[in-house]
Amino acid sequence: MIRLFANANYDFIKWRRWAYGLTAAIIIPGFALFLVHGLNYSIEFTGGTLIQVQTTQPVGTDRLRAALDAAGIRDAEIKQFGTPTDYVVTARLGTGGVTAEGSTQATAAAVDSALARGVGAGQYAIVRTEAVGPKVGRELQGKAFLAIFFSFIVTLIYLAFRFEWRFGLAAVLATFHDILTTIAFIRYLDLEVSLVVVGAVLTMVGYSLNDTIIIFDRVRENLRKYRRQNLYEILNLSINETLPRSVLTHGTTMATTLALVLLAGEVLRPFALVMTFAIFTGTFSSIYIAAPLLMYIEKRWPGQDARGARAFRPTGAVPLDAPRPPSPPAPGGSRSKAAV
Amino acid sequence: MFYTVRSRLITIGIVLALSIWALIPTNTTQRVRDAATGRMKDTTIRRVPINLGLDLQGGIHLALEVDQSKGPVPDAAEAIRRAERVVRTRIDEFGVTEPVVQVVGNNRLIVELAGEKDPARAKSVIQRTAYLEFRITDMKNLFRDALPEVDKALRQAGIKPAGQAAAAASVTQLFGADAGAGKGRRAKGKPAAKDTSDVNAPGALSSLLFQGQLPGEYLVPEEQVPVAESLLARPDVRRLMPRGIELEWGNEVSSRAARSYRALYAVEDRPIITGEELQDARATRDPLTNQSVVNFVLSRRGGRIFERETGRHVQDYMAIILDGRVQGQPPIIKGQIGQHGQIELGAKPLQEAQDLALVLKAGALPAPLTIIEERTIGPSLGKDSITDGIHAGIVGVALVILIMVVYYRWSGALAVSALTLYVLFTLAGLAAFGFTLTLPGLAGLVLSVGIAVDANVLIFERIREELQHGKLVRTAVDEGFTHAMSAIIDSNVSTALTAFILYLVGTGPVQGFAITLIIGIAASMVTAIFVVRTFYMIWLERRPDMATLSV
Repeated sequence: MIRLFANANYDFIKWRRWAYGLTAAIIIPGFALFLVHGLNYSIEFTGGTLIQVQTTQPVGTDRLRAALDAAGIRDAEIKQFGTPTDYVVTARLGTGGVTAEGSTQATAAAVDSALARGVGAGQYAIVRTEAVGPKVGRELQGKAFLAIFFSFIVTLIYLAFRFEWRFGLAAVLATFHDILTTIAFIRYLDLEVSLVVVGAVLTMVGYSLNDTIIIFDRVRENLRKYRRQNLYEILNLSINETLPRSVLTHGTTMATTLALVLLAGEVLRPFALVMTFAIFTGTFSSIYIAAPLLMYIEKRWPGQDARGARAFRPTGAVPLDAPRPPSPPAPGGSRSKAAV
Repeated sequence: MFYTVRSRLITIGIVLALSIWALIPTNTTQRVRDAATGRMKDTTIRRVPINLGLDLQGGIHLALEVDQSKGPVPDAAEAIRRAERVVRTRIDEFGVTEPVVQVVGNNRLIVELAGEKDPARAKSVIQRTAYLEFRITDMKNLFRDALPEVDKALRQAGIKPAGQAAAAASVTQLFGADAGAGKGRRAKGKPAAKDTSDVNAPGALSSLLFQGQLPGEYLVPEEQVPVAESLLARPDVRRLMPRGIELEWGNEVSSRAARSYRALYAVEDRPIITGEELQDARATRDPLTNQSVVNFVLSRRGGRIFERETGRHVQDYMAIILDGRVQGQPPIIKGQIGQHGQIELGAKPLQEAQDLALVLKAGALPAPLTIIEERTIGPSLGKDSITDGIHAGIVGVALVILIMVVYYRWSGALAVSALTLYVLFTLAGLAAFGFTLTLPGLAGLVLSVGIAVDANVLIFERIREELQHGKLVRTAVDEGFTHAMSAIIDSNVSTALTAFILYLVGTGPVQGFAITLIIGIAASMVTAIFVVRTFYMIWLERRPDMATLSV
């Protein structure tokens, strides 16, 4: 029988400061970039025109660029899309001076005729056209933020109902952290933010919450089981107990997202990349953000049994019913971190 | 209820049977444009009844709004409903299987034409101004009287009647009985309005037509409509059409005795009035008679024309034609009508009256539509996406199976077999509720396979823990399921809530993704908890003395 991390006994919470540093090192530069450059929004959000062309021979972006320049279509972005015979031409609204509804379709027609002259009719086929007016784009931006906001509210209510509000708040804050790291990740890789990527971010929200809830569920159970342990120990115990599950589930999910990254084609790649990153950040935040946050929240606003107040004073006591020693972390290690 | 293995197996069997039944390929009639002749024809294809999104099968997606740039339109919400009515009438011009025409919000119209390749044509058909006209039906049955000549001409052209009725009559036809039958009918003269006998004389065209309830109304079996259309379009047939009479198809399909028919109307070629003269139309319910009525108002000029025309046509039937389609059954003209008219729909629901009022107004107040979003996806791109998605799916699922079986051995194998049920249930759920599978949905499906085993992982880890505590196999399995339950439910419900919000806020493909995720979560709860539990029960029943569990 293979058992990974069975009866593990790592003091996860002890390393929380290092974890904060690591995550800040990811988020802060990413956010600085985000504030300076913004995100690479797809035309769904900005409005504009996208044309995907399949050529019979690999023509190269330069030749396409020359064809479009000859027709006076400047400011259009030309990218190879997967194979050397697939290209995507994107003209966003606002950059090329087109702003009116309907002009996006005119752009699509202009690109077609420019290609017919520059590349030659019959040498290419337009396989996808998207023309989005400015109004639709503006609406979508608002909707994307609303979706994330409402998912937070609903989750908070659900968790407050199933656990208690302290758990809900910690879980939602940890998920908010995941959104920040994901935005930084998207910025680093300069991924195009399409509606599908927003969908990936929301799925990530669900996945990360899922992971946090699995650990919190164990915390809830262990709080009932081991009456004498403080929260610090209970959190460590719960994370260690759920570790084999985490490894397995993240392994299977990773297998599918990696298969999507490598095989599912260019359209889905940003989605799959974001989901792959989500597995890392979701796991990380469940352990290093959600759990310590729960500890701070309990310390600040102690719950019923007021154990949160004792969160940083390890007792080393053996539980009364002791079905199995919970193996508390080394007292010395945690005491040194006691002053928060 | 589910305490015995037997009852559990029966439940699984029923769900399995339902899922397979939902996925059995069915015959779907598809109207496609014949490349050679350019006209519509029906083909029957056999396919698994899962709707594919435009991004997977190719097609055109258009979002339209009422154009307010040249001055505000007073009631945009009503204008968009009129536009919807008009586009619905025209939808047959596209050769697509399941066209979507949908009002979103209160001023937006979404049109989706799967398989359509020419966006320019689609846009021109949709944005064309609506044309409404009132025409008197063929009261003298001129068209019916011309049928024998038409049949004769078709026979000379070597066209044989289609269908069984015609085959049986082919002998009499050879002996020229056709002409005699024609004479006999002509002798009968103007028949009563309620003549329901068919004009089923053996002839290529007449064998397709059945006399309707009113003069000039004919019913054509739905499957024969393309044949009738192609016959009527022939130049030799057109030459023989009686002067002053045109044929227009009805917009509705009626069914009688398990067959569906489309109405074909012979109407005068000159309208008594057109939509230009219409000013307003309103649907109400007459408080005294409790009948649905549509009141309409004409312009002054229109009122004068209408008064003269209706005076000449009392007791005649008046077809209401929008964009070349007769809307509903033509009403009878009861007396002279001036500027204000009323169409009585009798006991029909108010909804139908409102619909008719929209038709009248569509002709009166054409709403200029502007396209705010257009997406065209070529069919080859869709096919590539499906192939890539399936490849990724196979590799992903294979890896999941490998991990589960290597790590949990026999228990892992149970989870994997439950996983096949999971995929089946999810696809069946998509098919049964008529949801659309999109490209992100496909990704969601692949992803959900990885997440679906999470419930089993939780349960197995719990069982291992219980076994480690020295519990007996049977107790360990029981407690493993019980203790893992709260985590499984809480985590799945919170994911489903996020997916539900995604569905509410998202559009098109993203909604497809959310739906796939929600169905996937439901299916995974059923398979991971119920099905795997049942497998365990069978296993433990067969080996009651089992000391170690392969988990």
